[in-house]
Amino acid sequence: MNNIIEIDKLKKQYDGFALNEVSFHLQAGYIGGFVGPNGAGKTTTIKAILGIIRPDSGQVKIMGEEVKEGTAKEFIGVVMDNPFYVEDWRIKDVEAAVSPFYSQWNSTQFHSYLKQFHIQTNKKVKELSRGMKVKLQMAVALSHGARLLVLDEPTSGLDPVARDEICGMLQDFVSDENHAVLFSTHITADLEKIADFITFISDGEIWYSGTKDELLEKYVRISGNPREIPENQKARIIGYREHSTGFEGMIQATDSRQFSSKFLIEPVTLDEIIIFINKGRKNDE
Amino acid sequence: MQIIISNRSGIPIYEQIKTQIKEAIFSGELQEDDLLPSIRQLAKDLKISVITTTRAYNDLQEEGFVVNVQGKGCYVLPRDKEMIKENALLKVENGLLDAITAAKLGGISKSEVIQMLNVLCEEENYE
Repeated sequence: MNNIIEIDKLKKQYDGFALNEVSFHLQAGYIGGFVGPNGAGKTTTIKAILGIIRPDSGQVKIMGEEVKEGTAKEFIGVVMDNPFYVEDWRIKDVEAAVSPFYSQWNSTQFHSYLKQFHIQTNKKVKELSRGMKVKLQMAVALSHGARLLVLDEPTSGLDPVARDEICGMLQDFVSDENHAVLFSTHITADLEKIADFITFISDGEIWYSGTKDELLEKYVRISGNPREIPENQKARIIGYREHSTGFEGMIQATDSRQFSSKFLIEPVTLDEIIIFINKGRKNDE
Repeated sequence: MQIIISNRSGIPIYEQIKTQIKEAIFSGELQEDDLLPSIRQLAKDLKISVITTTRAYNDLQEEGFVVNVQGKGCYVLPRDKEMIKENALLKVENGLLDAITAAKLGGISKSEVIQMLNVLCEEENYE
């Protein structure tokens, strides 16, 4: 198995927040979605992958090599929701500023992407729309021989057309089976389409990491009349919420036999899984 | 061959792919030795996960419809006559069961149902 990302028992302690033995991996040729509520530890984990923070313990390996501060960056292309380029830079200044950091910088390729994305080189960064800023970062990331693309909220604030385009570009990127994409987002509809794997983090702990299909088949959404729930079954409902006209929650698909046809049982979405898990944790507290 | 995916049917996407490829094989639209689209290409075209596509193809291989040749792609296997008959029998059975259910609900007798079947066969020139 050809793992591009391997994270093993990663720990990082902050005031009031900790990553607790985070472990997961991502194979070459696939798109991994990274989801969880705000403050769950997504960005901290990404920073550890990029070598921006030093873990307290545990290991982060990119393409088999342990990440030390500033080592793996050549192979990683980064797309953030807001680029770190100076707003007054023109696009050609962006190239001049970033290219020295990459030994395999390919200027021809960069300009062909700019052309493809309709980005004019004399424009300033601040004159670009959100979608264009994401595409500019994609152009940079795809022009220095990156094997791994790490995207932190790239599609938030983009219109459906731009999101669709970016999803297509990610599928192209992994299609030679040498590259991988780690895609952190709140727009789970994008992941529901193209992600192969999902890693779900909640309160600094990995709650699930595996194929998306298995996750979506493992749980079902249940709703109905709260008075019909057999007393010993209520504890099985994750993220239970009662309202004036009924209840809703999530159960393991294998438990659905315990509930009669009086309940509505249907497939669950990634969004709902995130909400029910979060709600479940609050109910437990 | 066409594959059309519904996101709202509630049927898992890999099932939809499997069913549609099988139907194309049964109808003769896909012939022996035809090459299926590559897993990566199909995933990209349908904007779905590679894993989902892989699963559909693996299932089709296990069920004996296609064979995966390493480095070349997925080929349609010769149609097994038994398998085709089995599939047809299943369809006939399901259709008849639907008819029986409808007859029961409408208070139509068994002999009327059989009579109707005979008439319909005659009309379709099915001997």
